[in-house]
Amino acid sequence: MSSLEVRHLVKEFTVRNGVRRGTLRAVNDVSFTLEPGKTIALVGESGSGKSTVARMISQLETPTSGEILLDDQPVGRRGRALAGYRHQVQMVFQDPFASLNPYHTVAHHLERPLQLHGVASGDGLERAVHDLLERVNLTPPELYAVKRPHEMSGGQRQRVAIARALAPGARYLVADEPVSMLDVSIRLGVLNLLARLQREENLGVLYITHDLATARHFSDEILVMYRGDIVERGPSDDVILNPQHEYTRTLLAAAPEPSRHGRLREEVRAELAAS
Amino acid sequence: MTDTDTTTPTTPVTRSGVRQMMPSMSGKLLAGLILIGAIVLFAIVGPWVTQDPRSSDNDALLPPQPGHWLGTTSLGYDVLAQLAEGARGSLIVGVSAGVVAILLALLFGVVAGYLRGWTDEFLSLVTGIMLVIPGLPLMIVVASYLQVRSLWVVALILGVTAFAGPAVVLRSQARSLRVRDYVSAARVAGEKTPRIIGVEVLPNLLPLLASQFLFAIVLAILGEAGLSYLGLGPNGSITWGTMLNEAQGGGALTRGAWWWFVPPGLMIALFGTGLSLVNFAIDEIVNPKLRLAPAAAKSVREARKAGKDKLGRRATPTATADPSAPAGRPESDGAAPDQKERVDV
Amino acid sequence: MTATTTTGPLSSPTHAAHVAHLEPVLTARHVSIEYEVDPPVRAVDDVSLTLHRGEILGLAGESGCGKTTLAYGLNRLLKPPAILRSGEVTFHDANGPDIDVVSLTGDALRAFRWDKVSMVFQGAMNSLNPVISVRKQLGDVLTTHRPQMGRKERDARSAELLELVGVDPGRLDSFAHELSGGMRQRVMIAMAMALNPQVMIMDEPTTALDVVVQRGILREIMRLRERFNFAVVFITHDLPLLLEISDRIAVMRAGRIVELDTSESVYARAQHPYTRQLLNSFPSLTGDRGSFVRTGVSQDAPEQEAS
Repeated sequence: MSSLEVRHLVKEFTVRNGVRRGTLRAVNDVSFTLEPGKTIALVGESGSGKSTVARMISQLETPTSGEILLDDQPVGRRGRALAGYRHQVQMVFQDPFASLNPYHTVAHHLERPLQLHGVASGDGLERAVHDLLERVNLTPPELYAVKRPHEMSGGQRQRVAIARALAPGARYLVADEPVSMLDVSIRLGVLNLLARLQREENLGVLYITHDLATARHFSDEILVMYRGDIVERGPSDDVILNPQHEYTRTLLAAAPEPSRHGRLREEVRAELAAS
Repeated sequence: MTDTDTTTPTTPVTRSGVRQMMPSMSGKLLAGLILIGAIVLFAIVGPWVTQDPRSSDNDALLPPQPGHWLGTTSLGYDVLAQLAEGARGSLIVGVSAGVVAILLALLFGVVAGYLRGWTDEFLSLVTGIMLVIPGLPLMIVVASYLQVRSLWVVALILGVTAFAGPAVVLRSQARSLRVRDYVSAARVAGEKTPRIIGVEVLPNLLPLLASQFLFAIVLAILGEAGLSYLGLGPNGSITWGTMLNEAQGGGALTRGAWWWFVPPGLMIALFGTGLSLVNFAIDEIVNPKLRLAPAAAKSVREARKAGKDKLGRRATPTATADPSAPAGRPESDGAAPDQKERVDV
Repeated sequence: MTATTTTGPLSSPTHAAHVAHLEPVLTARHVSIEYEVDPPVRAVDDVSLTLHRGEILGLAGESGCGKTTLAYGLNRLLKPPAILRSGEVTFHDANGPDIDVVSLTGDALRAFRWDKVSMVFQGAMNSLNPVISVRKQLGDVLTTHRPQMGRKERDARSAELLELVGVDPGRLDSFAHELSGGMRQRVMIAMAMALNPQVMIMDEPTTALDVVVQRGILREIMRLRERFNFAVVFITHDLPLLLEISDRIAVMRAGRIVELDTSESVYARAQHPYTRQLLNSFPSLTGDRGSFVRTGVSQDAPEQEAS
């Protein structure tokens, strides 16, 4: 049974405060399992540690302690083993502009992972690049392949980033706030694309976000993080409709809810009248 | 550019990465390129069309006249011929020193900045030492230690003593680029470090590299002039610096032989000016606001004259000149999308 | 009414009834703002808007729709290459005659700005001067506009302002980097409130903040509004937020206001297709779980290059 499991992950950073040093525990004993075909949402505010978890899973950071297991084997950290891991586990970054090199074309961004993981080479490369672009709905692909990042909109850039993540033929995808920097009306389009690709490829997706609404609609399980700890976990509907932990309740109460129109004003008025 | 998914269709324009980074032509750039081009042309073609700079068969200290357009020196050498030969010498030294300095700066700057850790500590230590040691005395010490100094040796000395400045600048840029998402994305995609440095990071440093390179050339030419003036320049070669040295030794100033020392000094100044002008144009690539702000103000002025601006009809200063708006300066709308600034741990 | 009408934003009778007994405080008529680049870009296209005393008007739209440019235009903060092509902006002063904002110059402009209409800028967290203290920055505002205030008075007023926005007055001597994002935002709001303006324009004031901090700031804004009765133009792309807190909503797209109605009407009976598209972009948090999102059926349109 294939899976990507993290066990008791801990990440500490040393912070320098003048002459003194301290440690900041960004991630404190986090464990969960990603399975193919399922989406797990990691929800939290800034400072919760969710992005650090993402970076540890993509091996951009090394955990201070804890383990990551791919198909029940500890993951490789260098050389061949690392390359094999990267073949299976890929990441989509938050900022669609920053995650593409402004100097290079779209084709370059897609060719490199294809070549590095032996998916395509030589003559087959251009065909493979066009295939990828078509899969993320950037058609006609010949047009997009020669563009540079600044010639495209945010939504298009993010689609290229998704194509790049798919290029090696990964089985697990870490999506770090993939739509929070995109315009509102195209967010659902990109999320839908991810959902469709997940179905087609049977991917296991870790969806990191601060937006509870899309977390609920897009994932099977929600993990709520607060200051490095997972404070609540469970099936999406359960967590949203029946939150147990106080922090989850605070988050849900703070999210904008149009049906509560006017309630804030009444509360404030009552407050002022009482004082 | 709007950040929606409905960008207007354009025909695809394939431009190489370097071309898209080139500065757009402007008065400054044109002037700089003309200056540099003319002097380089003079250095290449000059020695063929002028007399033999090492022949002292002429009368001494002749003022400019037909046959000796820049006169002669106190030993009878033709100044124009020397100037042309000197141009070649100075440019060879300058450019070679610039190349040496930049190559070293790439190693001590970009590699150190990207790799961090112990490599960085060690390389930065060396850079720091080179930064602190005063350049000219070091050059003097090294130069005086060597009896025979060719153009290339002098270039090497100048390059080695000049790399520290660019290295510091490149290092901080490399450090900053390292944490960009596209570098992280390249790592996640499986790229190896040397390729990341060469293919992902370096191209984005090109404008900075070019500007540092031009700076290094200017400093090298001046440095060579300084060394030659002290008699520590290249033996046997003629450069603008050696001309100045001989002019001083031959009492050109006291004898009023301005045609001997003014031309080489002027050439150094003009070449330096040309390089600096090109550098300003490169600055505008690195910081587009330098180019856009004056153009924007100008287009508004023109619109006012054409009566298009309702505000301008009152002939009032624009809103931006008003000091009463507090610290928050507005960014003009339509700039690059600058939506969220989430900082995630 | 079709979506391509050029006769003005879609509205409803509820809206007309709602504004009938309200008193206007800022009126913009046929405002057009262009960017003098090559070719010229019309950022705001024939926009007419009336802001009423004490109300919260939400201005919704995505990036590039012109909402920030419009805000700057109302405030006389346009920066080259932006020019006001046409239109009038009138401020209905509660303490005096109407002011023609477009024709203000010099001292009159200075007196108008910040005193009658103030602004909280986008990216406000980076708008505080990093090298001077909060005390000095608040003091600068007061020095410029109330030069007759003495030092003690200014300090007292600064402390009062910080308390108003829920920041401990002991933080007066802090610098920007010592404050959290939420606190910086509150300081910006304090600065905007310094002269008791009648209108506050807020451009994405809570966008970069956590949702919990955002709720705190919104509560603070509501509180201040109840006390001082200023009008607020709240600019954001977060439509659910506007639906929750604002009285009326104007939806902007490509420089025009396509829909202008009360919040309830927009929520229950949005008319313009773009408004509906925006509303559909926000899955409901506690309602029915929209299965269409997961199976990716209805909205997965191909990204075509065709116009």
